[in-house]
Amino acid sequence: MDYFFELFFSGLTRGSIYALIAVGYTMVYGIIELINFAHGEIYMIGAFTALVVAGVLTALGFPALAILAIALAAAIVWSAAYGFTVEKIAYKPLRGAPRLSPLISAIGMSIFLQNYVMLAQTPDFLPFPRLMPELPLGPLQSYIGSSGVFIILATAVSCAGLTLFIKFTRMGKAMRATAQNSKMAMLVGVNVDRVISLTFIIGSALAAVGGVLIASHVGQINFMIGFLAGLKAFTAAVLGGIGSIPGAMLGGLVLGWTESFATGYVSSDYEDVFAFLLLVLILIFRPSGILGKPPTQKV
Amino acid sequence: MKGKWTALALFLAMSLFLVAGCAQEKKEEKKEAAKTEQAAPAAAPAAGKIILGVAGAHSGDLASYGLPTLNAAKLVAADYNAKGGVNGMQVEVVPQDDQCKPEMATNAATKLVSDKVTLVLGHICSGATKAALPIYTESKIVCMSPSATNPALTQSGDYPVFFRTIASDDAQAALEVKFVLETLGLKKLAIIHDKGDYGKGFAEYAQKFITESGKAEVVLFEGVTPGAVDYSAVVQKIKSSGADGVIYGGYHPEASKIVTQMRKKDMKTPFLSDDGVKDDTFIKVAGEFAEGVYATGPRDISKNPMYAQALEAHKKTFGSDPGAFFFEAYSAAQALLNAIDKAKSTKYDDIVKALHTEYVETPVGKIKFDARGDAEGVGFAIYQVQGGKYVELK
Repeated sequence: MDYFFELFFSGLTRGSIYALIAVGYTMVYGIIELINFAHGEIYMIGAFTALVVAGVLTALGFPALAILAIALAAAIVWSAAYGFTVEKIAYKPLRGAPRLSPLISAIGMSIFLQNYVMLAQTPDFLPFPRLMPELPLGPLQSYIGSSGVFIILATAVSCAGLTLFIKFTRMGKAMRATAQNSKMAMLVGVNVDRVISLTFIIGSALAAVGGVLIASHVGQINFMIGFLAGLKAFTAAVLGGIGSIPGAMLGGLVLGWTESFATGYVSSDYEDVFAFLLLVLILIFRPSGILGKPPTQKV
Repeated sequence: MKGKWTALALFLAMSLFLVAGCAQEKKEEKKEAAKTEQAAPAAAPAAGKIILGVAGAHSGDLASYGLPTLNAAKLVAADYNAKGGVNGMQVEVVPQDDQCKPEMATNAATKLVSDKVTLVLGHICSGATKAALPIYTESKIVCMSPSATNPALTQSGDYPVFFRTIASDDAQAALEVKFVLETLGLKKLAIIHDKGDYGKGFAEYAQKFITESGKAEVVLFEGVTPGAVDYSAVVQKIKSSGADGVIYGGYHPEASKIVTQMRKKDMKTPFLSDDGVKDDTFIKVAGEFAEGVYATGPRDISKNPMYAQALEAHKKTFGSDPGAFFFEAYSAAQALLNAIDKAKSTKYDDIVKALHTEYVETPVGKIKFDARGDAEGVGFAIYQVQGGKYVELK
């Protein structure tokens, strides 16, 4: 039973990261029906920002918790700025274009950002400082490390905050309206461009949190880390039902657990096989994902 | 709904196929090597002369791998000739180009045999070497490669004429397993790899050698996905497998992640890896967690006086730095001529016996050849991270 719980927590940690990134995919899709393939790179840029900031702050002799807070804040701001800019450069000019054009633009942006960071920083792996403090976990230590606890808590808080924001604020209402029907929202006075920008900013900020936490958890970083993480998070978003925020969170966790249990009880060789098997199975029986709503015909 | 069930059924069928495919993978095709025990009459050496055939890529896109060997052969031959030859016989170098292509290698080998060469230095590429070896085996001509690392060349036992001065791909695994069993005395090992050609190959050899030794068992053998966000599940699995040592085949990014997560979970299990991990970046990235990690890596030969001597000779004669495999080739040429010198004979059996028993000082170290034809004393050493850098263990 111990082993089961160890795998459970391992899957929860990994799933939380997927969930954090997946929320960005799903929100953007919900609003403008675009798969933002540059999202994984935003996550990577968040981690790099934190690396640079933490390096400077450590040299200046800041206390550990202050470094974590400032580095995280800097990563969020910087990634949000990147997300905002990417939307303005790569997607806004293509707003009325056929759906394939922004998709290609997204892939181009992803490749551009990867290469940009590779050239600006380094193609090598870099050590990432352990920003998260060690918690006195007692017997729980053998199931989950302190960084795992941090990741799970941070994800829970971020997701709860996002849900509250969307449910109870004016801007949240505007987002929901735009997601439902952007033309109608525009007609009743919602500034759709602002809503779209905000969506990119929030999604990028969450991805940055994920990037900083996971880099600190595994202790290393390079320009490619966004690729596989982005792909998995995209899968999680589809699994949960693309366009649905609770769906993305659930999808992330389900994917994390699937991979973890597949590794634990079968073999890590089959980790990806089972993850994508699950995806196919769910899409066969629920084409719109676990929590996704089937598209309604507008008459 | 019917369509969905069909899709599901197809999918399940596909999954079954996958599992079956995996099972079949293990069944290795047993190659029927045409071993002609009845050897053709050994090519009689030309009186008073030793002909050293040098086969390899001397033209084409891989020439940069083959030409340094030719240079090495010329230097060593000139060296011996200046001292009055080997047992009073002058050494003549006869090059033969194969461009590293198997079909040209058979031609080159046939040509060398008809030229009545005493010995062959080469070939360069594993594929070409494999193609040429049956011809030398039939004619009982000793062939020594400075660069063909494919393990089967020596291990299959099909080519008693074949020797090499470079460590084969599995030599690292053999060295590591020896270290694990004899020095560390571990009993239960988890072997993890990155599913790549190099990493998985290393891991499979490690598994094979451990199983064959009978002194320890492999409790876990698995591949991980390079680039995955974390490896905590596989680390849990290592922990619950009860392994008292972990062997990793692959490169440093994954190794440092796995080691970090192991140490964070308070697992003190020894971690061993290959020369993909014997890299300073590994220590930089894994930081304090790298401490105590073992890795195999090429032995440092630059302090060997013979190394400096060969380098100097090349610079003097050809006016440039030597290229790929030059030192392995120089060593091979020395080993071949030394064997004739010691055996005082150019007969196949005498040369082989001398290669197996007589040590010779070469740039790659003091070597002789084991029963399979691999050079002993060449290649790899065990390193351990101590105080933030790799230290060679003696």
